[in-house]
Amino acid sequence: MRRLREYGSYAIGFASLFLLWHVAAVYLVQSALFPPPGSVIARAVALFRDGTLVANVAISLQRILTGFVCGSLLGIPIGLAMGSFAPIRRILDPYTEFLRFIPAVAMITVAVIWFGIGETSKLFLIIYATVFVVVLNTAAGVASIARNKIRAAQALGATRFQIFCHVALPATVPYILTGMRLAMTNSFVTIVAAELVRI
Amino acid sequence: MLRGVEKTFSSRQGADYVAVRGFYLELARGEFFCLLGTSGCGKTTILNMIAGFEKPTAGVMELEGKPIAGPGRDRSVVFQGDDSLYDWLTALENVEFGLRMRGVPKTTRREQAHHYLDLVGLTGQEAKHPSELSGGMKQRIQIARVLANEPKMLLMDEPFAALDAQTRAVMQEELRKIWQATGTSVLFITHDIDEAISLATRLGVMYAGPASRLKEVVDVELEGARNRTDDRFLGYYRRVYGMIREEVEVARRRERPDGPR
Repeated sequence: MRRLREYGSYAIGFASLFLLWHVAAVYLVQSALFPPPGSVIARAVALFRDGTLVANVAISLQRILTGFVCGSLLGIPIGLAMGSFAPIRRILDPYTEFLRFIPAVAMITVAVIWFGIGETSKLFLIIYATVFVVVLNTAAGVASIARNKIRAAQALGATRFQIFCHVALPATVPYILTGMRLAMTNSFVTIVAAELVRI
Repeated sequence: MLRGVEKTFSSRQGADYVAVRGFYLELARGEFFCLLGTSGCGKTTILNMIAGFEKPTAGVMELEGKPIAGPGRDRSVVFQGDDSLYDWLTALENVEFGLRMRGVPKTTRREQAHHYLDLVGLTGQEAKHPSELSGGMKQRIQIARVLANEPKMLLMDEPFAALDAQTRAVMQEELRKIWQATGTSVLFITHDIDEAISLATRLGVMYAGPASRLKEVVDVELEGARNRTDDRFLGYYRRVYGMIREEVEVARRRERPDGPR
């Protein structure tokens, strides 16, 4: 019963969205530039049937995935190092604090100048969109480990390296995953923008 | 053994804070020593220095003739809260953590961990994660975890302070049994007089901070299980209560110099 009510509310939400869209497009705006949901869906089905939609989505997803994986593989160790060693954090702080405020979308022009039009530019942009979020979240995760967790391990005879592998790393995993999830959102936003301007 | 130990914390404002000064204490092997004091008197600082987490500013600290240089597995610590447990590991894996770090083979350490989980009364809870267990059970895991490492000395920093009164009483009784069974030396920190007399073979009362040190040491000569309603227990209680009360007064006046006397 609760399930039903839950899905019911979702259905009402979606139905009202499409209804408002339809009303706006058919009765209020009446422009070729603002098609109603019916024609959009029909077009989507047509594109899906002839394979264009699937092929293009596949390419976009592949770009996102490659950049996202590369960015994470780069960001996790940097974040761990920044969180574990204060000197490294102080050295890298200017980079992360300066660059993380420049959105990947704003880097599109720069990417084209540096890497030309093509896959390299897109890969660069996705990595750029991924790496800072992952670095910051990982570093924050390491910094927020309860001091007693580390102390307990020390008093149990663990070496520094063991503490890193068996305490710091597993304790940071939830933060790393949060960073990666946020990075995934960034990647989608970035690839849409990059493909829109057709670089 | 602690001889003339001193600890100064330097603050960012530039004013140094002397937490402990001229602290002398010698513990015998196998004894259960309770360190009592008002809050902020520096008892945790003493424990952290013995554990090796913090270095004394002055003085000598030795364990069986060897200077204490840093944390080590001959001195295990049971912390007050549950944030020292590894929540991604099961109860059993938490207990065998120290053994695993030392490279003890899996079957041996499993056996050991089971033995100590049984000893603290956690039979059947091995596969559960700390988040699935109650506050009392989590402290049992902590105790089993340090015992599995067979330390020379057990350092306990108000381990039962966050538990409800009933659970605390049960835990105290069981800790005494475990101590009797294993024969480890224990340094137990508390601000609870009742707890100290229930557990200790000897207890020390500290002056109110800053620059705190031991005020008085009392031998608790009560045989067998401790009974809170026993006349001799109450005698000890009155005596220690008197010592603590003076210090509470001092601490209160230092906090509020112009407050009511």
